[in-house]
Amino acid sequence: MGAGRSRADIVFKALVLVFASSIVALTLAFFYELTTGSSYTLGEGFAFITSSTWGGSIGNFFGVLPAVYGSLVTSAIALLIGVPISLGVAIFLSELSPGHLRSPVSFVVELLAAVPSVVYGLWGIFIMVPFLTHNIYPLFRTYLGFLPIFQGYPTGQLPGASILDGGVVLAIMIIPIVSSISRDALQAVPDSQREAAYALGATRTEAIRISVLSYARSGILASIFLGLGRAFGETIAVAMVVGDTQRFSVSLFSPGYTLASLIVTQFTEATGPAYISALVEAGLVLLVVVFLTNIAARYLISRLAKSREAASYL
Amino acid sequence: MRSRRFLLDKVLISLVCMSVVIAIVPLASILYYVTIRGLPAMNPGFFTKLPPLPLPGAPGGLGNAIQGTLILVGLAACIGLPFGVLSGIYVSEYGKNFYGLTVRFLGDVLVGNPSIVVGILGFILLFRPFHGDNLYAGVFSLSIIMIPIVSIATAEALNLVPSSIREASAALGIRKWRTSLLVVSNAKSGVATGALLATARVMGEAAPLILTVGWSNFWYAGPTAPVASLTYAIWSFGTSGLQNWVNLAWGAAFFLIVMVIAINLAVRLLTRGRITYA
Repeated sequence: MGAGRSRADIVFKALVLVFASSIVALTLAFFYELTTGSSYTLGEGFAFITSSTWGGSIGNFFGVLPAVYGSLVTSAIALLIGVPISLGVAIFLSELSPGHLRSPVSFVVELLAAVPSVVYGLWGIFIMVPFLTHNIYPLFRTYLGFLPIFQGYPTGQLPGASILDGGVVLAIMIIPIVSSISRDALQAVPDSQREAAYALGATRTEAIRISVLSYARSGILASIFLGLGRAFGETIAVAMVVGDTQRFSVSLFSPGYTLASLIVTQFTEATGPAYISALVEAGLVLLVVVFLTNIAARYLISRLAKSREAASYL
Repeated sequence: MRSRRFLLDKVLISLVCMSVVIAIVPLASILYYVTIRGLPAMNPGFFTKLPPLPLPGAPGGLGNAIQGTLILVGLAACIGLPFGVLSGIYVSEYGKNFYGLTVRFLGDVLVGNPSIVVGILGFILLFRPFHGDNLYAGVFSLSIIMIPIVSIATAEALNLVPSSIREASAALGIRKWRTSLLVVSNAKSGVATGALLATARVMGEAAPLILTVGWSNFWYAGPTAPVASLTYAIWSFGTSGLQNWVNLAWGAAFFLIVMVIAINLAVRLLTRGRITYA
């Protein structure tokens, strides 16, 4: 009996294999159960995401267009605000920070990821939304009021829960993931890149732009995909600040809802198989979208790791 | 020309530094308000009493929610940690093949899976069979959030163990399974880090609990009844508009934040300087 073939070895390998298979089984279960669970409304095909008819507890046709719109717009706002800030944090940590600041700053930014999303929601309702509504949004109305997205509510009558609020909360929530992954990408850039830029007389920011950011492109893109997935699927915090109204409006100041907030606010009240099926299908849409963005991100990251390995042999 | 370039450099560098400040402001604001609004709610009654009636000034606490969260998270850890650690051992020690890479990849992808989707799976598989809110569905949902997190953290921690340890062990004729356990014991702090972070993460989960275990105004009443939790209390009391309920929501937020930060500091001590991210 050789060392690699004893019975205990076979048993142990089988054991860890079975437990590891739970991850594969879970993945399959997500797709299988959410597909069969939405069988009542799945037959609608793409009308489910292109229609805004919501059957509620009496109807049997369901369309989630306003929720898809809400998810897309809040995620877009989150990326628009969150990505530049996260890139700033990443650049600071990787390129500019003095050694003694690096560890505390990254710890503090990572703590943002540790705050439970329901606490973001509570803080959002009571602190962030009133602050933005009274101090920041009036400025948008004054200076950018000619844009339809900043119209619709007279000054002083903003609803105090809106698509824009949802986007801002999401922007804060994606900062940790986007900044930590893009920091990793920046730190992976070989010093020879920076030295080459400095040798050509570049200033610090020119060197960062020309040789560091462009070299780390795909890693940064991966971090943005991960941030997008996070924003798209985030539930409770958004549900608490986004307003939850089934009306459709171009104004970012108007209340709205996202796919995830739709599910969490209506699931417990849903009656009838078609209603529940519609909410499960909304979950299926979330699952598919987030899976695709995460797969894209992981693909980019694994390519990055390979190129880094290849570079280390040079 | 030269001075303009250097001016631009200064401007861009200050923008970068400003973005760090902007990123820290929300965290500071959250910690500040959660503390000044939540701390006053911390009294013995908060931990021992049931929630108050929806009347102004009625006394009460969130004892049942603390109890419920401990039961839910404790049981979820009993399932999630062994599954996660053992699958991490597979990925790192036996997974240098297509299946191992698949498990690793799916684990990475599942970590980003929205928790509301996890709640829907818990609802379909375990809420329906019991015709209502129940502990099993909640524990199941929380544990499947933990599994991929723990699995990846374990695999990464084991990968950091030098292969010379595996080779030395094999050279001494020690069997592969004993060698794997030896590798795990060498990576204890990394494995513990993953376990702690995953526990902190599910402690703050609300969405799956809303779909699976719901809320109860009373103490834990068995596995087939609804179970109270701190996160559900924040969600429903926080949006209730009743001052004494809102105060309890802030108290629950404070309690959760203290737990989560304590866990993160513990992780910081365990890893000491090694950079990790959740």
